[in-house]
Amino acid sequence: MSSRTLPLLFINLGGEMLYILDQRLRAQNIPTDKAKKVMNDIITTMFNKKFLEELFKPQELYSKKALRTVFDRLAHASIMRLNQASMDKLYDLMTMAFKYQVLLCPRPKDILLVSFNHMDAIKEFVRDAPSILNQVDETYRQLIEMYAPLSGGEVQLIRQTLLVFFQDMHIRVSIFLKDKVQNSNGRFVLPTSGPVPYGTQIPGLIRIFSCAGEEVKRMPFPNGGSYSSALREGSFEMFGERVIKLGTNMYSVSRPVETHMSGTAKNSAQHTKVNTAPNPLAKEELNLLARLMGGLDVHKAAAADSGFRVNLFATDEEEEEALISRPEELSYEVLNIQATKDQQANKELARIMGEFTEEAEPSQGPSDKGADLLAMMDGL
Amino acid sequence: MSGPTSLVPVLYSPQRVMKYDQASPVPASAMEGRLSFSILAFAPGALGAATCTVDKVAGLSMYHKEKSIQIKSSASALHNNLSVLRIVPGSLTYFTVVHANVVNMVSASWDGLNFSHRQLQSKEGNIAASSSLIMQASWCVLPSRELLVLTSQKGIQMYESDGSIMVYWHALDIPEIPTAQAVFARGIAAVRENYICVGVSSGSVLVFDVPSKGSNIMLSEVLEEHREAITDMASECSGSQEGIADLVTADDSGILCVWKSGEDFQLLNKIPGFDVCCSSVKLWKGTVVAGYGTGQIRLYEAVTGILHAEVNAHARWIYSLDIAPISGLLLSGAEDSLVRVWHLTLIPETNSVEIEHLYSECVTDTQICGAKFCDGDGYAFAVTGYDLSEIIRYTQA
Repeated sequence: MSSRTLPLLFINLGGEMLYILDQRLRAQNIPTDKAKKVMNDIITTMFNKKFLEELFKPQELYSKKALRTVFDRLAHASIMRLNQASMDKLYDLMTMAFKYQVLLCPRPKDILLVSFNHMDAIKEFVRDAPSILNQVDETYRQLIEMYAPLSGGEVQLIRQTLLVFFQDMHIRVSIFLKDKVQNSNGRFVLPTSGPVPYGTQIPGLIRIFSCAGEEVKRMPFPNGGSYSSALREGSFEMFGERVIKLGTNMYSVSRPVETHMSGTAKNSAQHTKVNTAPNPLAKEELNLLARLMGGLDVHKAAAADSGFRVNLFATDEEEEEALISRPEELSYEVLNIQATKDQQANKELARIMGEFTEEAEPSQGPSDKGADLLAMMDGL
Repeated sequence: MSGPTSLVPVLYSPQRVMKYDQASPVPASAMEGRLSFSILAFAPGALGAATCTVDKVAGLSMYHKEKSIQIKSSASALHNNLSVLRIVPGSLTYFTVVHANVVNMVSASWDGLNFSHRQLQSKEGNIAASSSLIMQASWCVLPSRELLVLTSQKGIQMYESDGSIMVYWHALDIPEIPTAQAVFARGIAAVRENYICVGVSSGSVLVFDVPSKGSNIMLSEVLEEHREAITDMASECSGSQEGIADLVTADDSGILCVWKSGEDFQLLNKIPGFDVCCSSVKLWKGTVVAGYGTGQIRLYEAVTGILHAEVNAHARWIYSLDIAPISGLLLSGAEDSLVRVWHLTLIPETNSVEIEHLYSECVTDTQICGAKFCDGDGYAFAVTGYDLSEIIRYTQA
């Protein structure tokens, strides 16, 4: 549908990823300098100029698999490592959080304010690093220039495209369940109370006009909710109050993140169907991915001794258990596995993957060369 | 007002409701003789969508929920994402709901006991390489035949009404390199004897001339009045031949164009928008009923553009409107999880139209994307919503 959806999807999912990683880094008492390095490295990679150039080109949305592959790469852009169970969980949390924000934003245009909340938070993460901050600001200007002038209908089309992307994902997230914004079946709670969107009147009034345009009758009706007037409109500028809270950081050390996979079993038939359907876009998708990954330059020297692993579960045992018990239909089947195994796979992608491996791991032994990305991450 | 005929609600009498209303504990003054309700209970539904009747009046519920119809895949968040076709001789009702690049088709026997399912993929002529997302699926009823029309990012497909045979394919001009401006078709209406009109993202309205049988469908005219993407369109639904206006088209900026059909379609009137997207539109007895992104419903006289009524109807973006042409009942569904039933009355003395609120139903935690009456009287209606794999039906108590 809308060809302008990918930048918003990427930036918001990236923003959610940074919130979670920030929380995990603090919860696991990772030394400040290392934690800072991880955040800075990931944000630098995320806002790489060449990468964003590709991202901002009008294009269709990636499949879930392709996007997951991009985020795998991004999460490992620094000295931090996540094993597969933690990466799965991280991605579940990111996607469900952004699905919630897309679904609940009061009017379509508020998706931009959600994005600006993420951008504001990202700027705060790198406030001590002027060069990275410049990079982020550059993207910020680009976002405003591209999206602020769009009409409500055009932004609604973007929102509807995002909702197709998130369709049938019903993973339960503990923080949402506790806050009673998600039901035990994985569906989000839609309030019939609170402020109406900016530009909307509280429902409950019929006005009848004469042919001369005079109001001749006013008839109230019960609206079935308890709505209040709209709040003031949030700022669509670089600075200013966004007013809406969606897209701000909901995690803290005292509020750990947790997902429940079991809730999805009910819909397993559906998931299976969606995932096993032959994807005629596979080749196209690999091409897109190759272009994007080409831009996703990772300049790092991950010396083995400085690297560390972050766990999204309370203990390693829990993490292991999660990997084994994860329902098959939720498997992301990350694309790079196929890309390295399949000789027929896109050569460009293989070349870029190869480049990445050599460039990123100069000090590693030859055994790591060309190894698939996930295996490499787990090895650390 | 063009040819207003007097209106008598057939199956439903508003007076009867008022009588019950007065017996309720709520002060009559606060109610203004209208149905009052508040949310009482949350009854969890069988498969995710809990619904609750919003009705405080003891024993009276204008509509009650029937057994849901399961569909093969969930509904996407698209405007007017439910189409209903009633086949009278066989007492069958057909439903379609779009899921990404698939159309779910269900035919249901009138007693609601037998269902058969079919799924249509958006196969785009001979473009096998990619499968595009479908924007809308709608049945078009012409006097001689019924066709199922699908619009997507690639073009327009027309099927026989049972979905068995694709009789026509119209490709849209797709640029080699994707542009910022999305390309798609959206908005479908059958007009008079032989026309099917379809809207395009550029603002064009394509007019197809459809023969009474066979596949010799021709693009006969392109209407260039809208500057923004077409959102929806509707033909006169009362069946009255007296009216001058045959078709109303709506776009992203809220502009409404009123047309007279014929060998050359004639623009009768252009009703200005307010830069608020008009997501759903209907035309009934010369009155345009328009639903907007702000949750408002407006009633205009089609030919003059005179505003008869403005309703603060929903707290969120309206996704679907429908009219039961015989009774003049209006159905509206929105992202606020509510479906509401209204009653339209023509006032011949003042040449105007009035609207009153009759009934509301909250489909808990469901952003409604499709709501349609199942018959011309408004005896039953059907609803679906984003991420929901069912069609929920309500019938009059």
